[in-house]
Amino acid sequence: MTTVTVVGSGVAGLCCAYYLLQAKYQVDIITASDGPDQQCCSWWAGGMLAPFCEQESAEPLIETLGHESMSFWQSFASKQQIEYHANGSLVVTAPRDRSLLRQFSEQTQGAQAVGSDAISQLEPDLAHFKNALWFEHEAHLEPRIFTQALWRSCQELGASIETSRRVSEAQFKDLQTNSDWLVDCRGLAASDVLNDLRGVKGEMLHLYCPDVSLQRPVRFLHPRHPIYLVPRPNNIFMLGATMLEVNASKRATVRSVLELLSAAYAIHPAFAEAEILEIGVDARPAFDDNLPKVRVDANRLYVNGLYRHGFLAAPAIARRVTDYIDSGLRCNEVFDANYS
Amino acid sequence: MIKNNALKLYGETLSSRLLLGTAQYPSPQILIGSIQSSATQVITVSVRRESGTSRDGQRFWQLLKQSNCKILPNTAGCRTVKEALNTAQMARELFNTDWIKLEVIGNDDTLQPDVFGLVEAARELCQQGFKVFPYTTDDLVVGEQLLAAGCEVLMPWGAPIGSGRGLQNPKALESYRHYFPEIPLVVDAGIGLPSHATQAMEIGYDAVLLNTAIADSGQPTLMAKAFAHAIEAGRFAYLAQPIAQRDMAQPSTPVAGTPFWIS
Repeated sequence: MTTVTVVGSGVAGLCCAYYLLQAKYQVDIITASDGPDQQCCSWWAGGMLAPFCEQESAEPLIETLGHESMSFWQSFASKQQIEYHANGSLVVTAPRDRSLLRQFSEQTQGAQAVGSDAISQLEPDLAHFKNALWFEHEAHLEPRIFTQALWRSCQELGASIETSRRVSEAQFKDLQTNSDWLVDCRGLAASDVLNDLRGVKGEMLHLYCPDVSLQRPVRFLHPRHPIYLVPRPNNIFMLGATMLEVNASKRATVRSVLELLSAAYAIHPAFAEAEILEIGVDARPAFDDNLPKVRVDANRLYVNGLYRHGFLAAPAIARRVTDYIDSGLRCNEVFDANYS
Repeated sequence: MIKNNALKLYGETLSSRLLLGTAQYPSPQILIGSIQSSATQVITVSVRRESGTSRDGQRFWQLLKQSNCKILPNTAGCRTVKEALNTAQMARELFNTDWIKLEVIGNDDTLQPDVFGLVEAARELCQQGFKVFPYTTDDLVVGEQLLAAGCEVLMPWGAPIGSGRGLQNPKALESYRHYFPEIPLVVDAGIGLPSHATQAMEIGYDAVLLNTAIADSGQPTLMAKAFAHAIEAGRFAYLAQPIAQRDMAQPSTPVAGTPFWIS
């Protein structure tokens, strides 16, 4: 039986492990954390599945991967009986910045401009907005529930799991010898060997706000800080996220938190009374073009650079990794040709 | 006769008259592509947000360095003199340069400069040996005080930062040009279209500094090229001395000897 060692238990590692297990490989997962936890940047993700909105700044590849990943998440959710919300998403802005809505709709596809009637039907709590963009075919999920479900499924499908183990480069050589394939999904921890990998700092909050109810993610456009709010069960909201070209600091700054909270307050004044449950910080692993890549080094595959598109890209990337291990098929869009 | 002197900023001779900001691009790769297609030689880098406290191992910084551009660190987002001074000192250490683009922001909505704080911070920084590029309004008296403080370049705004509105008060910017004929002048902020940059160059500005107009456009590398051409066009037009406006038509083909009719 062909053996594959997957290193890393973020959304990239777990998706690869899950796809490989489905394809009947023997999979060993090694992770420095205790499974999906706050050490992975997936833990802090928004979980917006927004292939259309992401077109505003991302390359077309993200849209392609995004649609495929969304089908995966949807069917995974129904198998696992966890909630996948196919409720679309809304984009709003302050009245004085409404030119940003026009620009956003020009830089994306699939937006419907809606007025206050449609807004108040979709989201009664946002009836004070006069204009919005409605992206009907987007979705969202709760990252922590989904990575935990993946973790459990991998165990049920027979993966062997070793937690709290940080693999050194010397140990990688042994692993490469002892298993047929090695899939390195360590995110930023791989920057010692991937020297063009960088961290993009992100800060987010979880808020508890019983006075507001939303069915779908809301993006709030602002000239300087585009910010989003993703509803979670029980009146909890994920508010994110900054994007800073820094990988030094592990703590949130006052300025970032002020900016995020001001945006929440601008979306609905009731957020003034919300309780802050959590302030999270991590760094997203990214390559220079902000696109995910698979790099092949003999029987070691580096899967990295998912940037802010972890949930949008991971299943589609995992499928391509499995295809490659199965049959040598290289998807040129994600396999890095400049790397050997 | 206007001479086409090369642009000199604090002794640095530059062939490109575009100073480019490095924030908000879709990816570092697109930023680098835009730097290349704009042919800029000076890039501004926001100190507070992009550099942290250490630049060790930072890919973003490594890429900026590889662009071979002169780095102009920016005190973007500073609201007090003290904050701006600290940021400038941090920038000098981080980027190993005495150049500093000085912003002291007086109003969060319009991001307009606090000109009082600006003059005070400029005076202190010049004394400390910094080469200060002050982001200011088109007020002549403030300009004079910045020069008295030791600045050798002035950067009046075209419009509020990121607004993309173009030159809101071209007459004031023209007076500014005439009032400071020998000082290198850069229009900083508010540019939205290449034609806005052309207009600034046509009225005799030495250079244009911008960021959002390229970074937030649909295709930044292409827009960067458009700006490079526009700035060159405006510069050439200025050197070529445009005709004066007239109230009446003046045919470009002589009419003598051609038939005409009176209805």
